Amino acid sequence: MKHILNRTLTSADKRGNNFKNSTSIRVIPRPIFPVLLVALLLASCASVDLNAPMPIFDTGIDPNAWAQIPAGEFYLGQHEYIETTGAYEIMITDVTTKQYADFLNAALADGYVKVAERGEYIAGYYPGDPFHGIEHEIEIKAGDWVFILLNDPSQRVKFNGSSFTVQPGYENHPMTMVSWFGAWGYCEYYDYRLPSEKEWEKAARGPSTGSGSTRPFPWGDEIKRENANFYSSRDPFEDMKTFGSRTTPVGFYNGKTYDGYATLDSKSPYGLYDMAGNVWQWIGDVQPQEGFSDRFMRGGSKDTYDMDLRVWVRNSAPPMYYSPGVGFRCVR
Amino acid sequence: MEFIKTRFNYLFNSTKGLILVAIAMIAVVTAIWGMLSGPMAEMGVREVVIKLFGMDIVQAEREGRIIILYHSIAMAVVAIETYMITGLLKMKPFFKTSINVIITVGYLTTMIFGMSFAYFGHNWAFHGLYISGLSLIFFAGVLLCIALWPWNKEYYITDKDYSRTKSGLDLERTAFFATAVTTVISALFGAIPGAYFGNGFEVFLAENVIRLPEKTTMQYSIIGHLHIMLALIAIMITLIIGRWLNFKGILHKIAMPLMILGTIVLNLGVWGVVTPLEPIAHTIIYVGATPSMFAALLLLIWSWNKLIQDGTAHIQKPNFIQKLGALVRDPLKFGPTWQMLFMNFTTSGIGIFMAIRLDEIFRVWPAREERIELTGHWHALSAIIATIILMYYGDMLGLKGKVRQIYGWSIIFLSDLALGAVTVFEMKRLFISEAEQQPLVNLLMYMIDFGLGMLLVLLAIVMVWRLIDLFKPKGRWTEEMTHELSEEAAK
Repeated sequence: MKHILNRTLTSADKRGNNFKNSTSIRVIPRPIFPVLLVALLLASCASVDLNAPMPIFDTGIDPNAWAQIPAGEFYLGQHEYIETTGAYEIMITDVTTKQYADFLNAALADGYVKVAERGEYIAGYYPGDPFHGIEHEIEIKAGDWVFILLNDPSQRVKFNGSSFTVQPGYENHPMTMVSWFGAWGYCEYYDYRLPSEKEWEKAARGPSTGSGSTRPFPWGDEIKRENANFYSSRDPFEDMKTFGSRTTPVGFYNGKTYDGYATLDSKSPYGLYDMAGNVWQWIGDVQPQEGFSDRFMRGGSKDTYDMDLRVWVRNSAPPMYYSPGVGFRCVR
Repeated sequence: MEFIKTRFNYLFNSTKGLILVAIAMIAVVTAIWGMLSGPMAEMGVREVVIKLFGMDIVQAEREGRIIILYHSIAMAVVAIETYMITGLLKMKPFFKTSINVIITVGYLTTMIFGMSFAYFGHNWAFHGLYISGLSLIFFAGVLLCIALWPWNKEYYITDKDYSRTKSGLDLERTAFFATAVTTVISALFGAIPGAYFGNGFEVFLAENVIRLPEKTTMQYSIIGHLHIMLALIAIMITLIIGRWLNFKGILHKIAMPLMILGTIVLNLGVWGVVTPLEPIAHTIIYVGATPSMFAALLLLIWSWNKLIQDGTAHIQKPNFIQKLGALVRDPLKFGPTWQMLFMNFTTSGIGIFMAIRLDEIFRVWPAREERIELTGHWHALSAIIATIILMYYGDMLGLKGKVRQIYGWSIIFLSDLALGAVTVFEMKRLFISEAEQQPLVNLLMYMIDFGLGMLLVLLAIVMVWRLIDLFKPKGRWTEEMTHELSEEAAK
């Protein structure tokens, strides 16, 4: 690189001098800036340590707990339409990596999932979506679909050839790098299901009665860094100079102080944690509009600005999508 | 009193004064409201600005605030382009004065009361004034169309160097006219659904509904409106730059009919999204965009050739380096067309690539990634239009020597650095994973912030210089009061 840089500079000097002598024009852009920029860009593409040391905290929140959501009205969306749901129960946290690893061990033994492509991914059966052949629609046929990839460096669930374990330190973090099929499969296995958009939003926002029923965030009207894990929220798991944002343990923002880092109690009116930030959560609705093969995601994530943490904000992706910033929880 | 009267007269009664006021207004809004998002929010500057100015930020109203902010800035840009048109093209003095007065009152009312309504509590009288301002701008647009009427024999031309019909109809004026008329009609495509959604306070940003297969006619209208208005502002600035540089000759004769055809077909395509033609609207849009972009390419070829010829006239057989030197000798004359070329990398190229590979690449990513590409795409185009205006403004100021070089090259380098980084940011998922992107994102953010930040510093320096100049009895402003743009267009 140094050799190339020298050669470029020399030739640029020569061109500049000739130019100066012949036309008395002095301003000519030299290629040093583009070269430097390309060098910087290449340097910034160097891999980051995805297994950098991480603090371990017990939040005291039980990921096996469920919240009761009574039947009734709530405000849906930014424009506050009154909607109704029946009664249901929803997990108070996202499904953790430990819970998912336990599921995979049980499901593998039952033949509910299988290890495919020489251990590259875990797949399971999905009965398929209706297909209308509408522009941009993806055909989701009945068959085996990827639940999780095993060979991705961001995958925290590990497979040793016979059983699944969790990378130490991530046990109480939300399960990520899981496709919508993987989330659907988990819920289905335990006779649960993924929440509909309405169910998810009601659980995040609370009932239409009482003060603050139109709240934009699960805990109220405003957001502070200590309310949730979002982009550059400066939580103890984040380092924006290297790996950026990482997930926080489920229920982390419960008012406790962790090694001097004080969080605000940010549960929803029904007592759910992480309904804003940390990871986007897969929604169960299939084909909410004819030809719409994407699945919605709600809640914002560690990688999004606070505006995406508002309870009505939607994201969507094809059901085979997976990411370090996408997880799920179930209802029953 | 005389001191204030003469300055006021300059600022609001001369083309250059009006342009200065509009640029200053945009600079102030951009500087303050630019601190509410992105890295400034990350650094905590946002909170300080909100407290400092006593802003009333309600979470549920973010989309509405942004729409008013975009319109406030866009209306000032439309006003600047209008001042340039009334300064460059022949028209009756009555029309020139009326248009300039109405659009000035219009954009200032829109900006001042719109932003007050959006960010400083909801005084509904202010909202009414904001709408009134937009209406005045619309009315000024209608007047501009009347003033530009190309079939008025007064405006027929005989000079064969310019694009015209056999009877003498000025095709360049016709292109201005077609762009103005279609702009006024296209404004309705925003105004009608704007009134519909605004009335129920159900505002939305187009990028948030783009992926849903079922959209209402009103939603399609909004999406079409924002695309076509920006495209029309870009087409108009291309025509203005052509007039400023005195575009003529064979390429002018080819370019102007293409520009007229392209503008009309492009608009028909966009308007078609709210009709049963919707399934083929994109095809019509491509058909319209192609001649428009080709006409801009002809302007680029002509202007670069002219710069090279003028700059090497004293050399018998200029070599490549000498030609290149002549081309880049004057950044303010080279810059606008260079920016149009650069736009193909940051905007047109990205747009076409997205359209071609939508299902294979972009729809595989989450909607939020697509939103980044969409918003980056039209922010880049807006910024490029702004830099072209600033370069023309630099020439209007009569910048010379080193100052001209520094001003011109700074705009080119800083904006291209920032917009190049924006383009890489938009496309980053093609070559880097979410988990590993942070160092690259950091670098790109530094480049974007440095480029745009320094560009604003440069603009602030110019504005402070112009402010100081206004206090001088015989400052530059006294000369600018009488000079009209049409007298200064390249001969």
